[in-house]
Amino acid sequence: MKADNVPQDYISTYAENKKAIYATDEEGHYGVVASSGWDVEEEATKQALHELERLADDAYETVLSEEASPLLYHMYAQRMDLQVLAQTTGIFQWRIKRHFKPEIFAKLDDEFLARYSDVLGMSVEELKVLPLRGDDV
Amino acid sequence: MSDFKHTHAAHCESGVMSSMLRHHGLNLSEAMVFGLSGAMVFAYLPFIKMGGMPLIAYRMMPKAIIKGLQKNIGIEMVMQTYSKPQEGTKALDALLAEGKIVGAQTSVFWLPYFPDEMRFHFNAHNLIIYAKEDQNYQISDPVFEHPVVSDVKGLEKARFAKGIMAPKGLLYYPSYVPKQVDFETVIPKSIKKTAKMMLKTPVPIVGIKGIRYLAKHIRKLENKDRRYAKLFLGHIVRMQEEIGTGGAGFRYVYASYLDEASALLKNDALFEASKMMTAVGDEWRDFALMIAKAIRSKKSESIDYDALADKLETVAASETEVYQRLLEAF
Repeated sequence: MKADNVPQDYISTYAENKKAIYATDEEGHYGVVASSGWDVEEEATKQALHELERLADDAYETVLSEEASPLLYHMYAQRMDLQVLAQTTGIFQWRIKRHFKPEIFAKLDDEFLARYSDVLGMSVEELKVLPLRGDDV
Repeated sequence: MSDFKHTHAAHCESGVMSSMLRHHGLNLSEAMVFGLSGAMVFAYLPFIKMGGMPLIAYRMMPKAIIKGLQKNIGIEMVMQTYSKPQEGTKALDALLAEGKIVGAQTSVFWLPYFPDEMRFHFNAHNLIIYAKEDQNYQISDPVFEHPVVSDVKGLEKARFAKGIMAPKGLLYYPSYVPKQVDFETVIPKSIKKTAKMMLKTPVPIVGIKGIRYLAKHIRKLENKDRRYAKLFLGHIVRMQEEIGTGGAGFRYVYASYLDEASALLKNDALFEASKMMTAVGDEWRDFALMIAKAIRSKKSESIDYDALADKLETVAASETEVYQRLLEAF
């Protein structure tokens, strides 16, 4: 790729930062070019973000209708999945799935809930509730 | 400390090591660091999932660049982890007070200066801390154009994030840096190693075979859930372009290495191979563009998975030629 052809698409995912791309001069010799982004990359990143948002939105509804505990929502809202939540807390996936049940989640004490809230980057109080819509991360 | 110079790099680990070595008097570009450490590869591990998606790697495992440099050019590194965040912060502050610049492993998700849409749970990001002013660390994060800043708590959280590849506050700096490198020996050695790995690794998930294996699985996406298929395709592009590869899954960085090596060794064959590798990088980029079009397609439009797989097969064939040329370059 020639330096002149390095995309400068000012993609939103970079939030006005630039990444370093390696590109050549006319003879094929390399230099580093600061790029404001390639829209192909933006599409792929946004696809992943939107999927997590979709999961978080669905979870929000499920929690509202009292079919799941707020843990399900907060997991996706913090861009985690069951595997990451298990790996970061050290709690087995089968146990976490039990904690998605509202009646079981309600019985967990604050000391235990802190194991979740710590890795999710929130207080135990925040973990126990849904944020107001339009309020979230 | 105050004479430390930040440089913009494509990739965190190679960027950190290039900056660090330069600070200690050994001038190696990021491309040289990347090439000499033998970090370039391709691997497709469908049985290991991250974010529900199979592992696709265009470089060797985290720390392979640091370890590769230790092995191939004889630098010696001090690497230290800590069990408690406060301990880790104290240690960092003590090293900075000694005037050292320090490499650190961190989670990307918790770094305060990272743009929101780039934050995912990845624990093996590397950066350099080169000073502390009041309650803020001055950070040289190679993938950013300019130095950045983090408060103490923020960096602590990023350094001690939990999960897979948890950093455990890892700090590192060199204890010995050679004054020069025997390029005549290490360049051919590193190139042959990379070429052989890509051509000859006898398992289907690594190297050229790995690229073909991925192509095979792309063909099979026809029979999978469409949402999953699109996410799978998007994931390939993310691993190739988003994670900081300098473009085309490190192929441009490697071509840059071959370009520099050619000049250092006065070897024209290496420059020819560099140009071939640039063309390969362009093909990877074309492949990514095809994917972007495919994932944009509406429900009523069918995705041509065969066309995508065919393109990837072409990439595999072109890459094969580069490595074969490289094995004949010395």
